[in-house]
Amino acid sequence: MRLPCPICGERDRREFYYQGAAVMLDRPAPDAGEAAWDDYLHLRENPAGDLDELWSHDAGCGAWLRVTRNVSTHEIKAAVLARDVKR
Amino acid sequence: MRFSGLKVLAEGLTGNKGWSPHWRSPEPKSEYDIVLIGGGGHGLATAHYLAKVHGLTNIAVLEKGYLGGGNVGRNTTIVRANYMLHGNSEFYSHSLKLWEGLEEDLNYNVMHSQRGIINLVHSDGQRDAFVRRANSMCGQGDDGAMLDRAGVKKLLPFLDFDQTRFPIYGGLYHKRGGTARHDAVAWGFARSASDRGVDLIQQCEVTGIDVVNGVVKGVQTTKGPIRARKVGMVAAGRSSQVAAMAGLRLPIESHVLQAFVTEGLKPCLDRVVTYGMGHFYISQSDKGGLVFGGDLDMYASYAARGNLPLVEHVAEAAMTLMPVIGKAKILRSWGGVMDMSPDGSFIIDKTDIEGLFVNTGWCYGGFKATPASGHTFAHLLATGHPHPTTLHHRLDRFRTGRGIMDEEATGSQHNLH
Repeated sequence: MRLPCPICGERDRREFYYQGAAVMLDRPAPDAGEAAWDDYLHLRENPAGDLDELWSHDAGCGAWLRVTRNVSTHEIKAAVLARDVKR
Repeated sequence: MRFSGLKVLAEGLTGNKGWSPHWRSPEPKSEYDIVLIGGGGHGLATAHYLAKVHGLTNIAVLEKGYLGGGNVGRNTTIVRANYMLHGNSEFYSHSLKLWEGLEEDLNYNVMHSQRGIINLVHSDGQRDAFVRRANSMCGQGDDGAMLDRAGVKKLLPFLDFDQTRFPIYGGLYHKRGGTARHDAVAWGFARSASDRGVDLIQQCEVTGIDVVNGVVKGVQTTKGPIRARKVGMVAAGRSSQVAAMAGLRLPIESHVLQAFVTEGLKPCLDRVVTYGMGHFYISQSDKGGLVFGGDLDMYASYAARGNLPLVEHVAEAAMTLMPVIGKAKILRSWGGVMDMSPDGSFIIDKTDIEGLFVNTGWCYGGFKATPASGHTFAHLLATGHPHPTTLHHRLDRFRTGRGIMDEEATGSQHNLH
């Protein structure tokens, strides 16, 4: 599997660290309540198709990417810098 | 049809014409007391124990493919009770005891082989941790003993003891651990459940779960609707998709774990060996193949196949541990889909929907749990109360923080197990 880093170009999977679903970008407010934090930290949609996820280009530019990947076929649909999509 | 030595002998002399199918293949009825979603090891075990222990037989097991075609057919067959934390310790102890009586219970040869498991030690700190674990295992009533370097060398003379990176100092020896024939486990449970009156329905995919006013009413399937008073979701590898049909989100991420088998060899490895520093473990199947595996590929996947970096990593670990393996050829590799929970431990619980129960989160350790998973899930389904060995395995433990069982002490959050 190779990931297209917007800064470095297409690179081997081994250069990247995987964080998980990109829901981690939508951090709730500190006082959002237990249910919102449980949702953010633990509960996952975990689809068997396209998933937005966070990868860090550890062994390259160090940027965090939001990669859209089909987790059943491993096909990469898109990769953008997380800082550009973080609300 | 019961198996016996006499029966095998008689059939051998008469052309093996007297064997019959191991289970019935009925069409689904329109209503059952309990519907189990998933005809894998855990679902079939649940059906067996519901029928045998609780006398409940108006049950259907719905399987979208064929029985035992999921993770129970795609693992590395290791059976052990070497957990440490309260909650897991008593559960896996319970499971190993069920394994020890399983063949008589099922009248089925599951080839359970208590050949012993050795977890290798490569540093003083690791030895201290394993001494503590061995004490926990003994405290639970199971077995765990420390071997020194000479002790390991006597049992496993072909390992590379003097490798510079991770020299072998000793090991934790769990004598009652071992392996079992994975398919036979599924088949044995299926045959027993079917004989007791449970309907095993293959090629029947659940497409919806009917919930009215917070109460489960049944399921929609590719063979039509089926009403049920209780529904048990026991579909490891697809847990999130099944739960989504009832509008639930589970604390689960699905990852791929690869495993490998070599060509058949003469007996050379008579124990299970784990090499934690290399994320590597190995045993030899009764057919002769060396069965081994490594770590997760470390990204979400339902592909049931992995990537080459992990293949390379596992092969390197194999060569550093036992260079002799370089003579063998890898015959095939495969990937299983793992329900990874935030703390690395499983979930057997009710849901917020009345009558809907969930069995999930087995991470990469579901096979050894098969009998106890079925036994305790059956207990929950039949009585409405968790079995004493699954008191900690609550669905909401991540929200409340109570009863987290983080066996590897890496933290209770996704992507750390």
